[in-house]
Amino acid sequence: MDLLTQPVGLAHYLAVGTILFVCGVVCMAVKRNAVGILMGIELVLNGANINFVAFGAPFLRSDKQFAIGLDGQLIAIFVIVLAAAEAAVALAIALAYYNNHATIDVDRADELKG
Amino acid sequence: MNLPALLPTLLGLAWLLPLASFVLIVLWGKRMGHGGRCAGYLATLAIGTSAVLSFVALAAWLSQHPCVLSAHEVAEHAEHSSPPIAPVCGDWYTLGEFGSLRLTIGYYIDALSVAMFCMVTLVATCIHVYSFGYMHEELEEMTDPLAKLADGQPCRRPGRFYRFYQFLSLFCFSMLGLVIAGNLAMVFAFWELVGICSYLLIGFYIERKSASNAANKAFIVNRVGDFGMIIGLMAIWTGMGTFNFGDVPGAGPGVFSQVRPAANNYAPIVPDGMVALAAREEVAKIVAATPDKKLIAAQVPIWRAQGYGYWLLVVAGLGIFCGCVGKSAQFPLHVWLPDAMEGPTPVSALIHAATMVAAGVYLVGRFYPVFTPEVLMVIAYTGCITLFIAATIAITATDIKRVLAYSTVSQLGYMMLALGVGGWMAGLFHLFTHAFFKALLFLCSGSVIHATGTNEMPQMGGLWKKMPWTAGTMLVGCLAIAGAGVPTLAIGLSGYYSKDNIIAQLLSFGNQNPRHVWLFWVATIGASMTSFYMFRLWYMTFAGSPRNEHVYHHAHESPRAMVGPLVLLATLAICAGWTLLWPPFALQAFLEQARPAGMADGIGWASSLVMHPAEHLAHSTPAIHDTATFYAFTAALCGFLLATVIYGVRKINAEDIRRQFAPLHSFLVHKWWFDELYAMLFIRPVLWISQMAADFDRNVIDWLAEGAARLVAFVAQVDDFIDRIFVDGLVNLTARVTYAIGLRLRAVQTGNVRQYVMLLAIGLVALFVLTTFYWNFAFARM
Repeated sequence: MDLLTQPVGLAHYLAVGTILFVCGVVCMAVKRNAVGILMGIELVLNGANINFVAFGAPFLRSDKQFAIGLDGQLIAIFVIVLAAAEAAVALAIALAYYNNHATIDVDRADELKG
Repeated sequence: MNLPALLPTLLGLAWLLPLASFVLIVLWGKRMGHGGRCAGYLATLAIGTSAVLSFVALAAWLSQHPCVLSAHEVAEHAEHSSPPIAPVCGDWYTLGEFGSLRLTIGYYIDALSVAMFCMVTLVATCIHVYSFGYMHEELEEMTDPLAKLADGQPCRRPGRFYRFYQFLSLFCFSMLGLVIAGNLAMVFAFWELVGICSYLLIGFYIERKSASNAANKAFIVNRVGDFGMIIGLMAIWTGMGTFNFGDVPGAGPGVFSQVRPAANNYAPIVPDGMVALAAREEVAKIVAATPDKKLIAAQVPIWRAQGYGYWLLVVAGLGIFCGCVGKSAQFPLHVWLPDAMEGPTPVSALIHAATMVAAGVYLVGRFYPVFTPEVLMVIAYTGCITLFIAATIAITATDIKRVLAYSTVSQLGYMMLALGVGGWMAGLFHLFTHAFFKALLFLCSGSVIHATGTNEMPQMGGLWKKMPWTAGTMLVGCLAIAGAGVPTLAIGLSGYYSKDNIIAQLLSFGNQNPRHVWLFWVATIGASMTSFYMFRLWYMTFAGSPRNEHVYHHAHESPRAMVGPLVLLATLAICAGWTLLWPPFALQAFLEQARPAGMADGIGWASSLVMHPAEHLAHSTPAIHDTATFYAFTAALCGFLLATVIYGVRKINAEDIRRQFAPLHSFLVHKWWFDELYAMLFIRPVLWISQMAADFDRNVIDWLAEGAARLVAFVAQVDDFIDRIFVDGLVNLTARVTYAIGLRLRAVQTGNVRQYVMLLAIGLVALFVLTTFYWNFAFARM
């Protein structure tokens, strides 16, 4: 099955979401910069959001009897709010971390290791 | 005047006032004035008021029953026909009722009780006053030179003035309770209470080893007598069903009227209860055959004629007398009284001379109707042996108080002897006169001891120049106890009358029963010895030249508080036996009013062997009375002359006589070896048994207890081992395993965020892969 030849459907959205998610994870895994990791987190969250919205969109689904109404969108909005709050907290942590260590390199934050 | 209402009130108050004083001093004695001086005033006030009340009671009694001065008319009257003056008796309070048996607090008041009340309170008042002088050292903190501490230093302690008066008050209460008691249970309770007071006061100088030993000795020896008394009480309680002396209204006949019922003309008879008790097998037979109570009642006189129950009456009498032997220091229990002289001298005067030791004689007198001829013979012989032994010991004693103590024992022997041969009035009359002159003698000796600081007569001598009042009053006392008088005029000091009465009764008894005539001779020789040792005492103390200059130099006349009572008692010692014309009063005639009616003779096996002559015969038969007076006077005069020759003018050297009779002297100095004998017979075996018991305790009982303890310890150790190795081991193993795992796992926490994310991602992928692989495998069958 070739996605590129198909009309835009659920699978396309899921593919974009997956790409975003993987980008986010890779970003988190490779960045030493705390802000970069935060960005990765945002990407992961938004990848998940796309999935929610896609599954929630009625016109993308052929099996009408299993439509779930607006629940997908609602959860997406909830995740956005959550992401905003999370960003605020995380940035505050980054600031505090910077005040103590004069850097935001997360590899240096290993004082609690076992 | 309503005597039955008035007398219990007056005498009851007189009895309870010292108790009130005792309670107050117990509670606040220490804070009463400086050193407790006011406690002394309080106690003296209480006993003084008691004395006044007692004399009011005496006056009330006399106004109702005036003395008949020709004494033998009364005696003849009482001994033969008409009923005696009824005593005032009744109950104040019922302690308990057990069916027909009743225990009460009651009173039995007759002329004897009233006279005893007057005597006890009067002597006690004198001694309370005297003690202000004698015990004044106790007001301050004092040093007791005779009480050595462990390091050899004399003991220094706070004064105990208030406590002395506290005990004196308690004693007065107990003694008066003993006199007023209406039943034997009460007598026994107060009997023990005076014993306690005696114990406390003998041990007043408790720091002295000798004093505490003497207190214990007195108490323990008295227990021996009291044991017999309890047996007597049991016989009476089971046999007569009552303890009451008199016929208390509403309580049935008392002990006296059961033994000597008026229906039997006051002759002794075995009470029905005792007969039925002794014949209980026959009673059981009748009850088994027919349940007819009347049949038993009809049988009782027959059984009585067969002699059933008589031994119970003898046991009752002997038991009560046993208690009197202990309390009145009669042979063989006389050993405690001389040691009791460790107490302060006023105590010796009050308790161990005038009142408490006379309580035994008083009880014999009170209980006289119950004694059978056998018991009376036992009493007479006990008294006779006692008076002789004590008089011989007194001759060689050198401690001034011990001479007086043995003299007391000897005089108590006289009283018992007189009572035992039927001289009821003679014995009790001697009790009263003896109380006055012996209290006087003791107080004089106290005055001497106070002045010289020693008890030993060989340290004294020539003191009459320094202490004329003491010497004079003591001479009066000596004359009184020796029985000085003018026989032809029949006038003399108090002892003259009482001792004459005793000797006359003994002579009368000896005439009737020739085989017992030696009782009379022993008493006469005793009178001679009495006179000898008393004047020996007086001469050694007051006459001649001083033996110890240091002591003589220090001596001084005692303060007025001490001399005053001496003079009062000396007056009484002179005239207690006199007959007053107005108001008409004579102690003898007064005591006659309380004489128990009837004679003891006519019952038991001994009545065929002895015969108690009526007491009035001794007074009214000139052949008896004049002969007795002659013998008594001659004997006393011999003793006096001998003492004068040896100790007064010192014509014969006492030391020579001592050397001549060295074995006899040593025998007497060691008090007939009684203490050593008792030590061998009783004390050492008891100590030996207690030593055995202690060894058994230490070796066997302790061994068992320790074995049990050791077993428990062993079991505990095993438990400990199991606990430590297995239970603790399991817990520790868990902990150690957990710890080891934790140690391994801690390496996982690297702290590297990127690595975590990496692992997260890998884990996620792995989950996906695994789920994909196993989904169908795991859930295929669903």
